[in-house]
Amino acid sequence: MAKAGDKSSSSGKKSLKRKAAAEELQEAAGAGDGATENGVQPPKAAAFPPGFSISEIKNKQRRHLMFTRWKQQQRKEKLAAKKKLKKEREALGDKAPPKPVPKTIDNQRVYDETTVDPNDEEVAYDEATDEFASYFNKQTSPKILITTSDRPHGLSTVIPNSHVYYRRGLALKKIIPQCIARDFTDLIVINEDRKTPNGLILSHLPNGPTAHFKMSSVRLRKEIKRRGKDPTEHIPEIILNNFTTRLGHSIGRMFASLFPHNPQFIGRQVATFHNQRDYIFFRFHRYIFRSEKKVGIQELGPRFTLKLRSLQKGTFDSKYGEYEWVHKPREMDTSRRKFHL
Amino acid sequence: MAAAAARWNHVWVGTETGILKGVNLQRKQAANFTAGGQPRREEAVSALCWGTGGETQMLVGCADRTVKHFSTEDGIFQGQRHCPGGEGMFRGLAQADGTLITCVDSGILRVWHDKDKDTSSDPVRLPCPDGWGRWAGLLELRVGPGVCRMRQDPAHPHVVATGGKENALKIWDLQGSEEPVFRAKNVRNDWLDLRVPIWDQDIQFLPGSQKLVTCTGYHQVRVYDPASPQRRPVLETTYGEYPLTAMTLTPGGNSVIVGNTHGQLAEIDLRQGRLLGCLKGLAGSVRGLQCHPSKPLLASCGLDRVLRIHRIQNPRGLEHKVYLKSQLNCLLLSGRDNWEDEPQEPQEPNKVPLEDTETDELWASLEAAAKRKLSGLEQPQGALQTRRRKKKRPGSTSP
Repeated sequence: MAKAGDKSSSSGKKSLKRKAAAEELQEAAGAGDGATENGVQPPKAAAFPPGFSISEIKNKQRRHLMFTRWKQQQRKEKLAAKKKLKKEREALGDKAPPKPVPKTIDNQRVYDETTVDPNDEEVAYDEATDEFASYFNKQTSPKILITTSDRPHGLSTVIPNSHVYYRRGLALKKIIPQCIARDFTDLIVINEDRKTPNGLILSHLPNGPTAHFKMSSVRLRKEIKRRGKDPTEHIPEIILNNFTTRLGHSIGRMFASLFPHNPQFIGRQVATFHNQRDYIFFRFHRYIFRSEKKVGIQELGPRFTLKLRSLQKGTFDSKYGEYEWVHKPREMDTSRRKFHL
Repeated sequence: MAAAAARWNHVWVGTETGILKGVNLQRKQAANFTAGGQPRREEAVSALCWGTGGETQMLVGCADRTVKHFSTEDGIFQGQRHCPGGEGMFRGLAQADGTLITCVDSGILRVWHDKDKDTSSDPVRLPCPDGWGRWAGLLELRVGPGVCRMRQDPAHPHVVATGGKENALKIWDLQGSEEPVFRAKNVRNDWLDLRVPIWDQDIQFLPGSQKLVTCTGYHQVRVYDPASPQRRPVLETTYGEYPLTAMTLTPGGNSVIVGNTHGQLAEIDLRQGRLLGCLKGLAGSVRGLQCHPSKPLLASCGLDRVLRIHRIQNPRGLEHKVYLKSQLNCLLLSGRDNWEDEPQEPQEPNKVPLEDTETDELWASLEAAAKRKLSGLEQPQGALQTRRRKKKRPGSTSP
């Protein structure tokens, strides 16, 4: 046992030396001489003074050897414990206690007091009369202006009823009154830095909130591997996952108001906004139901990740506008288990 | 219960959905009060002030230009009056000697008689020789468009100050002439020789002197002294990069606490114009700030839908945080000294002993033997039950 361990840990000449040493020691042990200096076999490690740790050995190779030996021993013990536990569970059968659930950051999330209760009337009234009410009451349908300083973006194909215009350095505050005059309901500005998009400003138009996001992990349609054919003109369905808090609800409604009301299920296209740990993942897929329970999906469209930086009450006015929520890293990011969306 | 408890609420907050919320920090409860039973966005509360009789009555100014009377003792809305004239929301509400003073966005400042509370007053305009409209029992002043705040001097109830966007600070004496008593002058042109724009967002009168403090949308805090010959500000400091939206005086009287649109709160010393410290926690624009007159407590509310109570000194930090589901517009902090609501408890013991004496009499009238038998039966049964419970407990934990 120990010999095999030695062989695997050391290499070259040292292994031969160790093997020789081990053989000698084994003979000595076989002769029944009692305790040896180096604990080749575990029971003889009692030669070390108490309170001794492997890290105090000055010789690097010796120390490495001792450490690997200790590590293998730990691994063996762990494996043995696992096997034992498994046997016990099998023996108990149905009476076995349920497996303990591993702790994840999502499990350990600090309960947010602003989590929306579906039966809450006040929040329901607040949402029913907020700036998106006209969309959710089906009074207006979305018409979106997407602008970016450079080349067109794949986002225009994903969002129906969207028009792309080059920005050419125009000030947003001047674009906005023009958009309102031409009946646009939303404005999306993609901020780019050296040809890579890194920010998104989404402004709901008549006087609605403006959300500023940080965009990362952008994959354009041509960069996505194993994708399907181009998205068609059908209106996609929308999935909004995990927007639980009041702020999350506002942002979720904002995303929902970008798309027209009547998804065309013929097109079998779906846009997903999935919120996890305050990051919003956007994906665009085409699905097909192969049977009752099996679905095949093809990823079309661009994918990106958004993180909310601020939500402002009026239309875009970063200097004099009133903010409903601002992300303050030093105050809000102190706990790894607290999320805001 | 809610009505009886209403008087012990420490903070009253007005929201954008028209609900008036009373928060009791001792018992950590918040109660909603609406005039019509249902929240209505047209009734968004834009101004709050205490009414006559100390803190027993409150005046609530709503977005549909009605001023409602709310009784904090009973927890109900007692009446309302419609205050037409001008456009925009109420920017200031005050009451003095039985009159109601209102000021709206477009700059119409009016004084209303408090007598007709319940009827919507359509004042009759009497022709007046001096030309400016003096209505029967009412007073109207044109302050200038774009008013952001009208504040009443707590020491002189007939003196009010107004200020706004491109509307310089003016102090009006409602008993005097129709010209302002003090009209502030803009500061000198800046280093590029450009005119400095004016945007007074909040005004406070400093106690003990005639001075006023204003905070502006261009992140400046200015102190004006009408007693001095100069009409320009006596002191000017800046804080942050965002518009300051609310301001309040601290109990000492030497500093103010300001809040801006990013939720940053700062205490600024007025003697030197120095920043004393900041308060953390708010995530949205600060809409209402008020300090307690004697305790070092600050109540703040904003667009992030949370009411926070901070302690200003030793040590500086957050005391209470209450999530109130609507966006909060303005608040009123009760200035009373004792924050415990003990007087409520003597009411209940008064009722309970009465009932007890009645039941005791009933029992006394019944036969004593029956009572003993019943009590005898109950006890062993109770003991058995407890024993059963005890047996059950270890059993229940095993699976």
